[in-house]
Amino acid sequence: MPRREDIKSVMVIGSGPIVIGQACEFDYSGTQACRVLKAEGLRVILVNSNPATIMTDPEFADATYIEPITPEIVASIIERERPDALLPTLGGQTALNTAMSLHANGVLEKFNVELIGANVDAIERGENREIFRTIVEEIGGESAKSFVCHSMQDCLEGVKELGYPVVVRPSFTMGGAGSGIAYNEEDLHRIAGLGLQASPTTEVLLEESIIGWKEYELELMRDHHDNVVVICSIENVDPMGVHTGDSITIAPAMTLTDREYQRLRDIGIDIIRAVGVDTGGCNIQFAVNPEDGRIIVIEMNPRVSRSSALASKATGFPIAKIAARLAIGYTLDEIPNDITKETPASFEPTLDYVVVKVPRFAFEKFPNADQTLTTTMKSVGEAMAIGRNFTESLQKALRSIEKKEAIFDWATEPAHIDVADLLERMKVPHDGRLNLVQQALWAGSSIETVFQATKIDPWFLDQIVLLCEVAREVAAAPALDREVLFNAKQHGFSDKQIAAIRKTTEAEIRSLRHNLDLRPVFKTVDTCAAEFAATTPYHYSSYDQETEVAPRENPAVIILGSGPNRIGQGIEFDYSCVHASLTLRERGFDTIMVNCNPETVSTDYDTSSRLYFEPLTLEDVLEVIHAETLAGPVVGVITQLGGQTPLGLAQGLQDAGITILGTSPAAIELAEERGAFGKVLAEAGLPAPKHGMATSFEEAKVIADDISYPVLVRPSYVLGGRGMEIVYDESMLSDYLLRATEIDPERPVLVDRFLDDAIEIDVDALYDGTELYLGGVMEHIEEAGIHSGDSACALPPFTLGAAEVARIRKSTEAIAKGVGVRGLLNVQYALHGDTLYVLEANPRASRTVPFVSKATGIPLAKAAARIAVGDTIAQLRSTGFLRPVGDGGDAPQGCPISVKEAVLPFGRFMGVDTVLGPEMKSTGEVMGIDSDFGTAFAKSQLAAYRDGLPTSGTVFVSVANRDKRTMLFPVMRLADLGFRILATKGTSEILSRHGIKSDVVRKQFEGRGEDGTPTTVDAIMAGDVDLVVNTPYGTGARRDGYEIRTAAVLTGTASITTVQGLAAAVQGIESLRRGPLAVKSIQEHVAELNKLLADNNE
Amino acid sequence: MTSAVLVLEDGQVYSGQSYGATGSAFGEAVFATGMTGYQETITDPSYCGQVVVQTAPHIGNTGWNDEDDESAQIWVSGYVVRDPARRVSNWRSTKSLDEALTAQNVVGISGIDTRALTRHLREQGAMRVGIFSGDLASEPIETLLAKVREVPEMSGASFSQTVSTKSAYVVPAVGEKKFQVAALDLGIKSMTPTLMAQRGIEVHVMPADTSIEDFLAAGPDGVFLSNGPGDPATASHAIEIVKAALSVKRPLFGICFGNQILGRALGFGTYKLRYGHRGINQPVMDRTTGKVEVTAHNHGFAVDAPIDRESPTEFGTVRVSHVCLNDDVVEGLECLDVPAFSVQYHPEAAAGPHDSAYLFDRFVQLMESVR
Repeated sequence: MPRREDIKSVMVIGSGPIVIGQACEFDYSGTQACRVLKAEGLRVILVNSNPATIMTDPEFADATYIEPITPEIVASIIERERPDALLPTLGGQTALNTAMSLHANGVLEKFNVELIGANVDAIERGENREIFRTIVEEIGGESAKSFVCHSMQDCLEGVKELGYPVVVRPSFTMGGAGSGIAYNEEDLHRIAGLGLQASPTTEVLLEESIIGWKEYELELMRDHHDNVVVICSIENVDPMGVHTGDSITIAPAMTLTDREYQRLRDIGIDIIRAVGVDTGGCNIQFAVNPEDGRIIVIEMNPRVSRSSALASKATGFPIAKIAARLAIGYTLDEIPNDITKETPASFEPTLDYVVVKVPRFAFEKFPNADQTLTTTMKSVGEAMAIGRNFTESLQKALRSIEKKEAIFDWATEPAHIDVADLLERMKVPHDGRLNLVQQALWAGSSIETVFQATKIDPWFLDQIVLLCEVAREVAAAPALDREVLFNAKQHGFSDKQIAAIRKTTEAEIRSLRHNLDLRPVFKTVDTCAAEFAATTPYHYSSYDQETEVAPRENPAVIILGSGPNRIGQGIEFDYSCVHASLTLRERGFDTIMVNCNPETVSTDYDTSSRLYFEPLTLEDVLEVIHAETLAGPVVGVITQLGGQTPLGLAQGLQDAGITILGTSPAAIELAEERGAFGKVLAEAGLPAPKHGMATSFEEAKVIADDISYPVLVRPSYVLGGRGMEIVYDESMLSDYLLRATEIDPERPVLVDRFLDDAIEIDVDALYDGTELYLGGVMEHIEEAGIHSGDSACALPPFTLGAAEVARIRKSTEAIAKGVGVRGLLNVQYALHGDTLYVLEANPRASRTVPFVSKATGIPLAKAAARIAVGDTIAQLRSTGFLRPVGDGGDAPQGCPISVKEAVLPFGRFMGVDTVLGPEMKSTGEVMGIDSDFGTAFAKSQLAAYRDGLPTSGTVFVSVANRDKRTMLFPVMRLADLGFRILATKGTSEILSRHGIKSDVVRKQFEGRGEDGTPTTVDAIMAGDVDLVVNTPYGTGARRDGYEIRTAAVLTGTASITTVQGLAAAVQGIESLRRGPLAVKSIQEHVAELNKLLADNNE
Repeated sequence: MTSAVLVLEDGQVYSGQSYGATGSAFGEAVFATGMTGYQETITDPSYCGQVVVQTAPHIGNTGWNDEDDESAQIWVSGYVVRDPARRVSNWRSTKSLDEALTAQNVVGISGIDTRALTRHLREQGAMRVGIFSGDLASEPIETLLAKVREVPEMSGASFSQTVSTKSAYVVPAVGEKKFQVAALDLGIKSMTPTLMAQRGIEVHVMPADTSIEDFLAAGPDGVFLSNGPGDPATASHAIEIVKAALSVKRPLFGICFGNQILGRALGFGTYKLRYGHRGINQPVMDRTTGKVEVTAHNHGFAVDAPIDRESPTEFGTVRVSHVCLNDDVVEGLECLDVPAFSVQYHPEAAAGPHDSAYLFDRFVQLMESVR
């Protein structure tokens, strides 16, 4: 059946900001969907609040709304755009829940919008646990024994039947948020209590524990003609008990016979039919008892999920793309297989390789968080690797994750390993457990012993024993001959690992290997195990016999991606890499992408001319370059767009004789090395905050005294604000040095003057060697001292005038010139008094590039890629690529304002303080655009948090002494607006002196009053507070604030921790009270902006 | 581990390690793309005379159990894998695949770039191959190649007598017996009578050389033609049996080799595919319903019948009922004037998806309809 003719326009809802459990895999799926729908000639209307996505680029939809994804806002977009259909299955749980609300409140019916891709009943059947259980039973499957509970009383009753441990799962939350395993009644109160709160239907499921069973996932697709195919089977190395997003997983399933696999397949197909997923994808999770094969169906997602992104990359079968086409009427047999072109999509991919996915965690950012892996997802990213066998893929995946300690170590003498300790520690799942397993096996533990401790399938354990044997062989070989080396490479050992075993250098091993002419071959992901010829160059390396890289005549540019998502390096960098690829293809180059992050658009085989799914290490990248150099001309490598990961490789690549396009490694060094950069600034006459480097506490004390407190301290050997803190006095300095870092001549600590009350400014600019083009100037809402990734900012700057922007342009130009930038440059300034201090400069794509591009309509990343291959800004201006006159620093009268807000994962990490600081903690961002700052800010808050800013109700205020003056006006305004003010005694007294009436609540340590006066925390927990304003104290009294903020996180109450944030919030609240928010597409926004600029220039 | 070599008749050589029994093995090199079901695959009599290359790299992970054999022995003449399991993990397993191969004296080879070999076979077509391990592995390649070239070609090969049961046996119906069917064993897989028995059919499995009279007598309600190895052009006795069954309008169902025999009995030709269909992921359209089923395939030959129109035959009008969507190969025949139909693929699965099990129900309906 061909495409439906009655659908002319489709609305697609994205997944909003990147959060744990819902990351850029939905940009990948949404982008695919938009591409397909547009190619079909449909009008595509997109809603997504996340500016860092490719899907929100103006060319991917006809009308793109970067607006909060709330039922009200989406309803007003529907009213404006009148789409024929709504496709809600590609934007994660956010899109699905929003669509369900729009159905429930009658909006879809009112505007005659048809839900496609999944119907309401199917969503309900798939997501409502009770209904789903019934379905599983009806089709002859089995669910874990369980009870649906709507109150704590229900939970206590249920557990009497099930016994401990018991699994708690809240309904309708994403990424398993709020779920956990209760081992006793105390746990149950805690986990189920939160779960009931987290669930929009106040519903949790208590379930019999099947911890330790084998865990599997199937990805299925169904079309409206009832054809069903299984795209991929995935097996978790970590058994039941660990969220699949946090598990090391492998595709295809490794330890199932055909009978057992077909049983899972039969159950899966029966479920997708019974649930009634009309068209599209779904994933179903199973547990299998290793003792007897009993199968339990865990759950299903009636939509495209994180696993479907992984399955798409693992198999080459683009689930989201196919799902979009099925939704508009095609059947699977009518859609060609992209890769073979000859065969249809109505088949099941078969793999002749092994795929391993390893999660990436960020516990180092949240040292107080519970690091145990449970059914609540905690990882922030993942890397995937492809190899011809499990050992090769596993080792590639472990080095892809870019954590030194994740790589298997064979340097430790087995005799020095405390096996008993390892066996005890590996009982509890946590990040790095597999490394304990490897060490224990290396030290001689039996597979049976390790299996007892971990329940990891013995087949996987044996594979690790195999690795240990190979390591022993490498160590014992009198000389590394071809045979020994080839064997080690076939099992995924890196040159570096081999060097460590042989006690030599990586370079030594590499040169030996190359002398032996031992290099990897590159195989192709083709969906069909070579049964049919593949037309899509989607490659992975392996040490095997035959390579499949085709010769090429066109000159190629190699782009290095950014690896697994982590805090500080996420989707924003993938955005820039994708842009470079798109624009250089247009410019006539072949583009070659190297990356290992399965969630991204860059690893879609459609994005670049060729895709290499490879770890981003020097060895792996050099081999790709070697293979491509043999295939045809290579112009060079772009390393400045993917963040620190590729940037860190630039010098090594250049040393190996590779051409680095754009800014040179020497220039990068000039910007990154403090001494050298200091000289650049001095020559340009630009001030930087006073700083020094200390190798002992005494030195640090002297420097701090000289600079005067507060000072910013951080270890010199880490990047990205890791371990950075502001200390206000000597005792805090001493505490920091004892607690947070080591200090010795090898590991100096940097001490910087902290500019209290300074305005922080972020700038993205382009430089081609002669001309500077300002991309955008962003003014942070929070004061300097909060990591730029975590602070909200506005573009154009909301309190800086044209004169300041001119100064910033001049300074930026001086830095660009001094450093020798060719491409993008990001500079952070602090305006303190009237001095513009340079905080740091990064000669690469920054996190803010996509936001700036969306706000200004300037394709910064594309322009940077063009400059990297030799185009000048003048040429880019003349071809209309960049504006002919002026740049992104221009802000004409009446210019709309864009606000970026960070989204923080505190809800996932209970027990972590929510105070913002110099170390970045956010996972994602949202954007609000409107004609004035207040409204744009209000939109950003609505997009970032479930309920946004309150427009009435109760505000609790408790601020540090230094903030008491600044707080008065905003709080007075809130009181005027009719808010009830709650305050602690001290704050209340001050407020009353200014005629602001407030009610006193007790501090937490004071306890409840005799008359029953609640404590602050009581009030928040009881839901009596709509807005929490709590700024952290410099010293002391920290504990009280911590509990207040934690209570706010627990209850999802809007919470503000800076006075600048409060001022912005008050503006936002006022604009919200003026009336409903208006919506505008990004295409209209850019057109309006361009018109203003044109008028301005006339 | 001792070394082993694989030599193709076109002179390509792949080196690896000895796997299973040591010695030499010869046959037609074919690749199978299933990711599961190696035990079912290598015990499938249709693989008689063939050296199977597994495209899935890890083979043997779930070991060998007492339940999943599709016949009494391993039939592949040689076995080619990349990464054989060192340790077995499955609660049903009783031994390792390596042990099973060795016990049944099946010579294999491991450590081969099976993808390179598969691509070669895809481009050059299935061809004769030899695996040599032990002392043989060090013999000059020319000597080994000469041995490979002495092996008879698959075209014109007949294996029915080799794989067929020597004496008839009965698989009783599960529950009430509703039908009695004679199944001509040309290499039948054990799942086939099992699925028929589940539908109330008492299956009389008959040797390939059973006389027409005995065969029709054993199947008063219907007759079945099994899968099996070899060139259908050589199966003249089976073709005669089919013609006799069609003449008396006895309900008939054929699978795989059985499809080719029905085809030939109806007057169609059969031909050898370049590299065949061997996998459990093949999309087939049932033209009766327009639905796609994912099916298990194992065939190197196919029926040459027009897919775009009905064909007149000696036994009335015949249409192609099923087509492979990958390459438009005929995957099923349906007689419109006599109660007979067949499919080229494996509705009994084992290994493979169960999407096509409905064909056994169709057979039951066919038998009911003529009662």
